[in-house]
Amino acid sequence: MTSATLAGLVGAALVGLGLYGLIATALPLRKILAFNLMGSGVFLVFGIVARKGAAAGLQSDPVPQAMVITGIVVAFAASALAVALVLRLFNETGGATLDPDAWAKRPPDGAESE
Amino acid sequence: MTLGVTALAASAGGSLLPLAILVPALGVLLSLVLGGRQAERIALGLMPFELAIAVAIAAFVGRSGQPLVYSLAGYEPPLGIALKADGFSAVMLVTAALIAPAAGLFARANFATPAGIEKRAPLVFWTLLQGLQGALALIFLSGDLFNLYVGLELLTFAAVPLVSLDGRPETVAAALRYLLFALFGSVFYLLGVALMYGAYGALDIAMLASRIRPEPAVWLAAGLMTAGLLAKTALFPLHLWLPPAHANAPAAASAVLSGLVVKGSFFLVVRLWFDVLSPLPGLIPGAILAALGSAAILFGSVLALRQARLKLLIAYSTVAQIGYLFLMFPLGQGPWAADAFSGGVMQALAHAFAKAAMFLSAGLIAESLGHDRITGLGGAARALPVTFLALGLGGLSLMGLPPSGGFAAKWLLMKASIASGQWVWAAVMAAGGLLAGGYLYRVLAPAISGERPQLKKTPARSRESVALVLALIALLLAFAPPAFFAFLAIGRPAAGLALQ
Repeated sequence: MTSATLAGLVGAALVGLGLYGLIATALPLRKILAFNLMGSGVFLVFGIVARKGAAAGLQSDPVPQAMVITGIVVAFAASALAVALVLRLFNETGGATLDPDAWAKRPPDGAESE
Repeated sequence: MTLGVTALAASAGGSLLPLAILVPALGVLLSLVLGGRQAERIALGLMPFELAIAVAIAAFVGRSGQPLVYSLAGYEPPLGIALKADGFSAVMLVTAALIAPAAGLFARANFATPAGIEKRAPLVFWTLLQGLQGALALIFLSGDLFNLYVGLELLTFAAVPLVSLDGRPETVAAALRYLLFALFGSVFYLLGVALMYGAYGALDIAMLASRIRPEPAVWLAAGLMTAGLLAKTALFPLHLWLPPAHANAPAAASAVLSGLVVKGSFFLVVRLWFDVLSPLPGLIPGAILAALGSAAILFGSVLALRQARLKLLIAYSTVAQIGYLFLMFPLGQGPWAADAFSGGVMQALAHAFAKAAMFLSAGLIAESLGHDRITGLGGAARALPVTFLALGLGGLSLMGLPPSGGFAAKWLLMKASIASGQWVWAAVMAAGGLLAGGYLYRVLAPAISGERPQLKKTPARSRESVALVLALIALLLAFAPPAFFAFLAIGRPAAGLALQ
């Protein structure tokens, strides 16, 4: 197995794990982490594409690297926005869930309920 | 194909394309620097220029009969990034440039620049409204898959905070759910872009279209990108985020979210399947998209029938109307392709204007009555005749009754589906029209009968006229001349070939 194949498999696994987390967990904070996991998987795939030198038969193609940098910036901004919304939700309701019923029934200490 | 792009790179008027993106971006920067005192003035002051740029682009495209192309910084693809305006992009650009200022004029009462201390909500609203318009311009004009990704993300970041402007926990939760769906969508889209680049070493749409062959990597990339875009467009079954987000946002924000933002990602699905992937056999993926669209029409309409609040009803009707947009995809190849394409685009335009008008009217109704419970609307149309006229005229387009843009759209799509022998889509459209009639009857029938209710507040004449003008534009689309459809077809080689 070449290192490129290995990296590709790891990328695919990260995307799969992230997708599972995004669907299976109810807590927004975990969903944000899952999104970042998926993002890392995609960036790894971009890395392999760069290694293949897809565009011009170069030893390593700089275009995917430029795209990964842009992608990281976007993912960072997205995570920041999402965390800000979660924080606001926590300040308003005392819990960080998306389920309005959980806000009303939340325990007095403000602990999260699933 | 590549040669064609190169030759067109110097086309006259091409420098208008970056301007259409840069002017709103400049507005965002100025608003942030100068602060909430100036944001409203900057936004409303720049919007006429943006409209003029959009109309000028459309005029150039219409006069030359060819897409307008511009290579950023003079670098041509694959190294550089091309901007391109064909008939479809020009029309969408003008639509955005009309609806955004309409929402802005309507919102002046809600997000007026405060006399005393600067407040956050007006600054955020006016800045994001401009950001949204810039992101849409980037999406409509971009000819590069990765650049389109950036446009999509900008659109999401501008749209999400608009949902939670008033800070109630319901709206924050709705915004967060919207953001999570959108992020899921963007990761899938980006993975598709990576695979596409890995397979062909290009991201320029024209280049990809000439290189693509039906092979596993392309199908996988197409599936991932489409799934991601569907989550952002809120096509059934990925629509769950839309009703709470669109129903809880302030009325002016709902109008742009429902009218424009979902059309941004829809525009990209059209780009993907009609331009990038045109060499692939499109019938089966098209049929899958149309089947999801049909489910959206039936499901969204039935749920709209069951809503207790007016704004939620209108939001579920958006879920249904998005479904119609996807009926054009299985009809994209064959002699009926031109009708199907025109019908799909017409639906996007008619829904944009009609839904914006309806959300603005619903906002006025809620402000005037102090609530938007459908059971409490008895006699409201007697007290608010102009508002309900706008709501009703918008509804006419949703039902697809003549004369309305919705009628023209559904007529074209029905004609195409019958000509192609795919009757099932025509049947779904007929059922969807009936259901739309049902949910509008629920609102309008009690409103025109019964006691005149006590109004908490009389709506301003100017805000009512904004909603009415949008509804009238949705109506006037029914009288679009054949030249309009010829304009839409500019830059569509695939549809043109199929016609011969």
